[in-house]
Amino acid sequence: MKNLIRVLAGATAACMIATPVLAEKLTIATVNNGDMVRMQKLTDDFTAKNPGIEVEWVTLEENILRQRVTTDVATKGGQYDVMTIGTYEVPIWGKKGWLVSLNDLPESYDVDDILPAIRGGLTVDDNLFAAPFYTESSMVMYRKDLMEKAGLTMPQAPTWDFIGKAARAMTDKQNETYGICLRGKAGWGENVAFLTATANSFGARWFNMDWKPQFTGEAWKKTLNFYIDLMNDAGPPGASSNGFNENLALFQSGKCGMWIDATVAASFVTNPKDSQVADKVGFALAPDAGLGKRGNWLWAWSLAIPAGTQKAESAKKFVAWATSKEYLDLVASKEGWANVPPGTRASLYANEEYAKVPFAQMTLDSINSADPKNPAVDPVPYVGVQFVAIPEFQGIATTVGQQFSAALAGTVTADQPLMNAQRITERAMKKARYIK
Amino acid sequence: MSHTAIDSRKIIMTAIAWGIGLLIFFPILWTILTSFKTEADAIASPPMFLGFDWTLENYTEVQDRSNYFQHFWNSVVISVGSTLLGLLIAILAAWSMAFVPAKGTKNVLMWMLSTKMLPPVGVLIPIYLLFRDTGLLDTLTGLVLVLTLINLPIIVWMLYTYFKEIPGEILEAARMDGASLWAEIIHVLTPMAVPGIASTMLLNIILAWNEAFWTLNLTAAKAAPLTAFIASYSSPEGLFYAKLSAASTMAIAPILIMGWFSQKQLVRGLTFGAVK
Repeated sequence: MKNLIRVLAGATAACMIATPVLAEKLTIATVNNGDMVRMQKLTDDFTAKNPGIEVEWVTLEENILRQRVTTDVATKGGQYDVMTIGTYEVPIWGKKGWLVSLNDLPESYDVDDILPAIRGGLTVDDNLFAAPFYTESSMVMYRKDLMEKAGLTMPQAPTWDFIGKAARAMTDKQNETYGICLRGKAGWGENVAFLTATANSFGARWFNMDWKPQFTGEAWKKTLNFYIDLMNDAGPPGASSNGFNENLALFQSGKCGMWIDATVAASFVTNPKDSQVADKVGFALAPDAGLGKRGNWLWAWSLAIPAGTQKAESAKKFVAWATSKEYLDLVASKEGWANVPPGTRASLYANEEYAKVPFAQMTLDSINSADPKNPAVDPVPYVGVQFVAIPEFQGIATTVGQQFSAALAGTVTADQPLMNAQRITERAMKKARYIK
Repeated sequence: MSHTAIDSRKIIMTAIAWGIGLLIFFPILWTILTSFKTEADAIASPPMFLGFDWTLENYTEVQDRSNYFQHFWNSVVISVGSTLLGLLIAILAAWSMAFVPAKGTKNVLMWMLSTKMLPPVGVLIPIYLLFRDTGLLDTLTGLVLVLTLINLPIIVWMLYTYFKEIPGEILEAARMDGASLWAEIIHVLTPMAVPGIASTMLLNIILAWNEAFWTLNLTAAKAAPLTAFIASYSSPEGLFYAKLSAASTMAIAPILIMGWFSQKQLVRGLTFGAVK
């Protein structure tokens, strides 16, 4: 009997020694953007600091990721422990109780360092539901050499009139040089984002305070007519199919005089490895029409924890690591200051080294000039600069974007898409019972 | 008709066939070529066909960033597993429909096909909830099951068409010789329908290999096949066309090679009974 007990005890001890310490595995869903890929490569730093946690990545294209994480968070599927979501999703999902509050992040995280405009957009009823990983606004990127050749000087804060004049002056269609490249591809995150931000600066808005759509107003007509005329005179051919990537390719190969798009593009167009015009690029704030609002947007890719996760504590540790000041220093030490995720922390912009990055200050100024709570000249009942933070927006804006894209392609007259947009939006808002 | 006329007609038809073939293959060729370019060359205007600096850096980077072999293995298990399970069910179903049809057989066949007309997203939430509650999310078993069900109507229809070509009298003769139902299906019917079964199998493997709705929506990290591998290289903010092309080439290469080697069987099966 004694021998048996000894054998059993020995076997148990051997099993205990042989059994590895089971690490908790976090599944993180993210988009395939440059900054996210960099985060993936730096995971070892996190796992070294948190020995009990392993990390598993699911990287997907933005639209696929959005569909995938929306299904999972809405059904509490529990497939992901951390997800990358945008400023559109956070207020909607936070209100529905689909996200874990991040109010209890450690003091060393210094939540007060997060830029106020961004923090406000990620907070619902005093609960911070996501931590910003990087923020983007939009600004003018222009070719300094072509501007000089046209005999013009880009002001730091241009007007739409100046942009129109400069674009036409820089255009040389014979040599495939186009004065301006703007988004034309249909999509709520493509042409609708650009045109909504532009419309804000022209005094237009999606809804009045009673949630009545406003597309048939003068301001929207002015916006769309200005955009179509400008693109017809100074835009590249086939612009109705151009989104961020197509315009990036055009700008990098020297075919665009100006490009108004996401601030994150600045690091691409100034990278001599990929851009033929890297040393000729200047930056300016997004234009205005003298009404007090600029045509720039605000978007933050942020890390959030779905309510369905079983590993919230470990997930919080990851979120705190990836959005910390120390992470910014880590990226700077490995990849240089130009590749640090921009626009989230005030301390980054107080850093002397970061101030040397050519687009750093313009990015910050652009972010600071966007106000998601008061995006338009007139008051609005919604939050969001280039979107309206209501669940119905994605569906409505996708259809409206197709109308705008058709107008740019010249298949319908400029007034028709606005009338259609009004009809489509009114019907959807009635169905969703915002209006009767 | 003179020999010269026949020869020139043959040459023209061959040239047209080659032209169409190349046209169809061109996007794949372009993807393969792009995978050997730098990102800057991939977006060059005018596009570079062959005169660029060939590089393998995209393949190296893709391999460094992702576990290709895990995705590949998942694709193999999902496509082969769902095909074998589907065939097992469909052979029995197609036998009964072809040789012992009931009054409503035609309607059942049409109904089965009609399930293919429903947009998959329409049933995403119910299936997702079922998978969540049964623990099948992000598992190979779950994907084998769902892809079997998705492709079953096509397998049944194809096998039904092949079985209809086989004279019922042969089966009758086997029965008169004392063959059981099982022996009739396994030893008489199946060997005669091998070309049809083989082409159905190949087609179904290709369909399952390329399926990108369910395989993306029901997986996360463990069971994700090559479709998820490709999706991880597509980005709306950043030009990663060369890397995306390298990932696509790696994902389609196995099925392309399999299709190349089995094209004789595939064409034979697909045209089986088409010309009488």
